[in-house]
Amino acid sequence: MKLMVTFSRGKGRTPIIAQVVRDTGVLINVERANIDSSEGEALIEVPDNQCKLVRDSMTELGAQVRILEHGVNLNESECVDCGACISICPREAFSLDKDWKLRLDEEKCVLCGKCISACPHRALSLPL
Amino acid sequence: MHKTIGQINERIREGSARVVTAEEMPALVAELGEEGALKEVDVVTTGTFGAMCSSGAFLNFGHAEPPIRMERIWLNNVEAYGGLAAVDTYIGATQQSDTQEAEYGGAHVIEDLVAGKSVELRASSRGTDCYPRRTITTDLLLENLNQAIMCNPRNAYQRYNAATNTTDRVLNTYMGTLLPGTGNVTYSGAGVLNPISNDPKLRLIGSGVPIFLCGAPGMVIGEGTQHSPGGGFGTLMVTGDLKQMSQDYLRAATMTGYGVTMYVGLGVPLPVLDLDVVRATAVRDEDISVDILDYSIPSRSRPVIRKATYAELRSGAVEIGGDEVRTSPLSSFRRARKVAAELKGWVESGKMELALPTRAIDPKKVSRPMHETKKVPRVIDIMNRSVISIAETEEIRTAAKKLLKGETNHLPVVNDRNVLVGIVTTFDISKAVANPGKAVLVQDIMKTKVVTTTPYEAVDIAIQKLEQHNISGLPVVDAENHVIGFLTAMDLGKLLGRRGLK
Repeated sequence: MKLMVTFSRGKGRTPIIAQVVRDTGVLINVERANIDSSEGEALIEVPDNQCKLVRDSMTELGAQVRILEHGVNLNESECVDCGACISICPREAFSLDKDWKLRLDEEKCVLCGKCISACPHRALSLPL
Repeated sequence: MHKTIGQINERIREGSARVVTAEEMPALVAELGEEGALKEVDVVTTGTFGAMCSSGAFLNFGHAEPPIRMERIWLNNVEAYGGLAAVDTYIGATQQSDTQEAEYGGAHVIEDLVAGKSVELRASSRGTDCYPRRTITTDLLLENLNQAIMCNPRNAYQRYNAATNTTDRVLNTYMGTLLPGTGNVTYSGAGVLNPISNDPKLRLIGSGVPIFLCGAPGMVIGEGTQHSPGGGFGTLMVTGDLKQMSQDYLRAATMTGYGVTMYVGLGVPLPVLDLDVVRATAVRDEDISVDILDYSIPSRSRPVIRKATYAELRSGAVEIGGDEVRTSPLSSFRRARKVAAELKGWVESGKMELALPTRAIDPKKVSRPMHETKKVPRVIDIMNRSVISIAETEEIRTAAKKLLKGETNHLPVVNDRNVLVGIVTTFDISKAVANPGKAVLVQDIMKTKVVTTTPYEAVDIAIQKLEQHNISGLPVVDAENHVIGFLTAMDLGKLLGRRGLK
């Protein structure tokens, strides 16, 4: 399961992710992170059955945790199945099926957004 | 054995013509043999759906009251050509909006019209005795226009070179997003389904031949601009009635960093007259190869990384220098199939009959590069020749003095053989002075990754380098990496005068 963790780094600069890994023993996979001096945002992946544990531990440490159920939005009425996105995606979430129709494997998507500007038909967008 | 176009049309009228797509044809020829396929198949339909920048439409608005001779014309703030008198215009697909730039352009105006949306026409004129009106603004639907005739100067490229990027930064091109370090390969074209690839000698495709154009029955006008079948890059000029077109086969698009383009669906039905046609239409993806070009070289002649067939490109990855590099098509093979299939239906049902060219297209022509009479300004024309450099083993203090004395902001750093090894700027020196630490020598603080130019590089390319790297000066080096000059943004200002830097 993918979780979006946002936190402010005001006081104490708690190493939230490291702390939660140590406390819970859950091996967290950081898919991507954007952290500066005042705030941070990290997309992490955890096993489904340990999701609640990680989420509660992080919330306790002052982070906001949101479960990401969806990958990037694919607007099928704009998509023409050209496939420009396929080689751009670092997680290989896009593919063409046997009928050359574009398929998106949402499980693989880490919402990095790289495909969005690469789509000539503006058929891709980040979920709200 | 051979068949005449008359016999084939007779069978189309009877509803008994056997029509297959160009994708189905190779297997059929393998199964029935060439003679068998000639007997069996009457028509092979082709199809392609991809970005075709050189597209647009002629529009006639009808006369206003009082009448106007439009001189400057905008449709949804996209400028259209105003040199056709009175109330005619040509809207080009790649023209960008004055207000939304690359996110809306001529292609979007055309798609909006086809989609039944209202488009705002705005025009101005100086006013004449016969056409007194000076301005007009009105909302128009496609049905309000007398004519809306798509006329595309260069469509249906026989094939197109694939693209990759060996630099260390992302390139945004008309071949889409190219990832750094040969991170991906993009390609375009329908391969096995491409019209000219199924008739490379252009025996069947020529002026007057009926085609499928964006869902409407259209026609080949003749050879396309830049038609270069001698090198495997034939093109077609085509036309069709916009009023009969469908959004399924006509889509506006934006290549990020490049601009607006239009995806066009186009198919040509080919009559199977003789064994030559059978052989030509038996072409497969494996038989059509293109060059993979390095788009990091900003030149007309880009280096070829390797050749690849459409079969290899379509497999999802190609091997380059021992690595598997993933490929992205930019054209839609699924829609190309849809074009060929719909065209097949048209011929089977008798909606479209076939015709031979009324005027043939030259199958051997080779397109020439531009004849340029004025020399492009080169770096050597404007570079500063009295360049001050410093040895890497000098003290930072000496560098500071040199910068002051030379009234310059950049100091190329050289080794004992006078070869460029780094660069220091006034910023680097100030930083070293403000934070005195262990750094004493120039080599301790210099930047070793130096962006350089060469004397015969075009000034516009040097400008691109300055912009991309957000820097203000470039050492000019010879083949041995000796510094022979320096180019700064100020030198460019002198040359360009009012044109200036962006």
